[in-house]
Amino acid sequence: MSALAASQPYANRPYADHKVEPYIESVVRAFVIATIFWGVAAFAAGVYIALQLAFPVLNLGLEWTTFGRLRPLHTSAAIFAFGGNALLGSSIYIVQRTCRARLFGGEPVGWFLFFGYQLFIVLAATGYLFGITQSKEYAEPEWYVDLWLTLVWVVYLVAYTGTLLRREEPHIYVANWFYLSFIITVAMLHIVNNLAIPVSLVGTKSYSLFAGVQDALTQWWYGHNAVGFFLTAGFLGMMYYFIPKQAERPIYSYRLSIVHFWSLIFLYIWAGPHHLHYTALPDWASTLGMVFSVMLWMPSWGGMINGLMTLSGAWDKLRTDPALRFSVTAVAFYGMSTFEGPVMSIRQVNALSHYTDWTIGHVHSGALGWNAFITFGMLYYIVPVLWNRQRLYSIKLVSVHFWVATIGILLYITAMWVSGIMQGLMWRAYDHLGFLQYSFIETVEAMHPFYVIRALGGVLFLTGALIMVYNLWRTARGDLRNEDSLPTLARPQPAV
Amino acid sequence: MFIKHATIERNTILLAVLTLVTVAIGGLVEIVPLFTIETTIERVQGMRPYSPLELAGRNIYIREGCYLCHSQQIRPLRDEVERYGHYSLAAESMYDHPFQWGSKRTGPDLARVGGKYSNEWHVAHLVDPRAVVPQSIMPPYAFLAQKPVDPSDIADHLKALRLVGVPYSDEMIASAKADFTAQAEPDADTDGVLARYPKAALGDFDGNPRVTEMDALVAYLQMLGRLVEFDRTQPGGLRQ
Repeated sequence: MSALAASQPYANRPYADHKVEPYIESVVRAFVIATIFWGVAAFAAGVYIALQLAFPVLNLGLEWTTFGRLRPLHTSAAIFAFGGNALLGSSIYIVQRTCRARLFGGEPVGWFLFFGYQLFIVLAATGYLFGITQSKEYAEPEWYVDLWLTLVWVVYLVAYTGTLLRREEPHIYVANWFYLSFIITVAMLHIVNNLAIPVSLVGTKSYSLFAGVQDALTQWWYGHNAVGFFLTAGFLGMMYYFIPKQAERPIYSYRLSIVHFWSLIFLYIWAGPHHLHYTALPDWASTLGMVFSVMLWMPSWGGMINGLMTLSGAWDKLRTDPALRFSVTAVAFYGMSTFEGPVMSIRQVNALSHYTDWTIGHVHSGALGWNAFITFGMLYYIVPVLWNRQRLYSIKLVSVHFWVATIGILLYITAMWVSGIMQGLMWRAYDHLGFLQYSFIETVEAMHPFYVIRALGGVLFLTGALIMVYNLWRTARGDLRNEDSLPTLARPQPAV
Repeated sequence: MFIKHATIERNTILLAVLTLVTVAIGGLVEIVPLFTIETTIERVQGMRPYSPLELAGRNIYIREGCYLCHSQQIRPLRDEVERYGHYSLAAESMYDHPFQWGSKRTGPDLARVGGKYSNEWHVAHLVDPRAVVPQSIMPPYAFLAQKPVDPSDIADHLKALRLVGVPYSDEMIASAKADFTAQAEPDADTDGVLARYPKAALGDFDGNPRVTEMDALVAYLQMLGRLVEFDRTQPGGLRQ
């Protein structure tokens, strides 16, 4: 029942019908701009460090521009700046509409979240350039940045649940379950994984509370669930709202939504130890991680089916609405990378894939194909609504963006499949006399052509994003490109 | 079941609490036992905390993000053991706050790099990797040789580590600054350093009389993987 909420647009009601004050949109607009800005920054940083691996002279011999300092900048910009702003912005947009309630705390809380979160990003990013890092992947910021993010996150949790509590809808719509689990779980992961003792209250350095094997498992419990809850649960919230909206169809199955939600959040949290196969972590722990990772395949595909089947009876829209094409392709990439992930979590496959570029390719099929594409679909939908425009400036350019970006992703992941599997095989190759066949540096040399192809894929993806920036900027300005010859996207006048 | 779910999805607090319980279970089951099962860490001889100079070097290793391309975790696979040495033990990172196992080998594993190359090789390689290994794609770290390390707060680092469980003694903390300097000073009396930190690599690593970041980093690299005395370890001691 509540799963139908998104398909029964209160959209058609004018403001006056609402008992509540109008929704807060200024903050959402700011989050949308920040999402686009940090997205371009993250993609550009990614292209640059990809080129560094192909052409090491680009490290420039400077302390601030080495791969080691820029790589956390790229990953944090992509996950927390691009992805985080997209999640905060879309969640504030969605929770108000699906609850028919104004954001709890109003504009002051909304703007605190916006500026507080941007401050977190800037503190973290500048820290990386100066070498301030606690070296836990995707949790690099030091203790003072962690404390600030904790404060912002608690306000986010209060604002979000506060809005849910004052809703006028009897049911909480499924997208909000996913967003709520994302907010709660990220809080838990962030606090536990970042427990540390600072050397001094005026210095940046701290030492992790945990050591060695315990620290490793805590970190990958965090690290894999940054994927599971930041990049999956949160973005599934986006899927559960925007795909029904774009397709103008209700969610395929309400029951599947329930099964999907509870099984996904229960199983995901166990999967972390699959990052530690064959390490000093006791086998029972990595085996548990592997078993749960394989089980995770089911809820992941349940979610994919729920998203894709929502298009039943509306598949023709894919021809005319390239923004929906982004969202749907995103779900297809989600299905692909959540198939690949369990395969790579199997111990014997992991023996080959671990430490190689295969992992990097896997991450990017998820990050570019799923997270970025569902965000692009969301942006193309939300910008005309938020800026109160009839439609996007150009539908044609959305289509161009789609194909340029898709080709970019395909180049990226195929190059990484080849280089990763080749590297893994070269490491373990023996010659006929029983000696290791390749020195390490020979495997590095063999990677070069694939690193060039990967960088080219990144350039295409970045180019697509710049096309989007131009298109959305013209849309916000109120320009309309004459595209009468094209089958246009007839979107009803945005309401609210 | 689906009728009852309506209760949950009408109640924000219930939904939030049930979500928290659901996501807490997996982590509790997997992580908590690692702290309580005594066999998580193998019983081996030779492990000790990092010397002050090694610790400073390790912090530079972390600062430069070396772990992003170099793992410190040798898996018990035939090719890895032949390429890098004995597979890594949990005991070998028991004083590592945080751990440096890494997740990617753009460059080779460094868990047992200690003693494999000379100090001069390490310095030349860090200054200009392609001068030593032409096909290398590693960034150059020549700037390390120009930057002196200030040991004034090194004892505070040892104290912070003692708070999180590293067994630094009062004596180690009291002599931290002196040990820091002595380890990189060719003519210093290093008996105390070696007594407190057996197998520490000694000497002026980079030929610059000041203690530079290069000295600290090389001192750290030269002890990696050398502490555990495998010949004095019983097979049962390696059981987890």
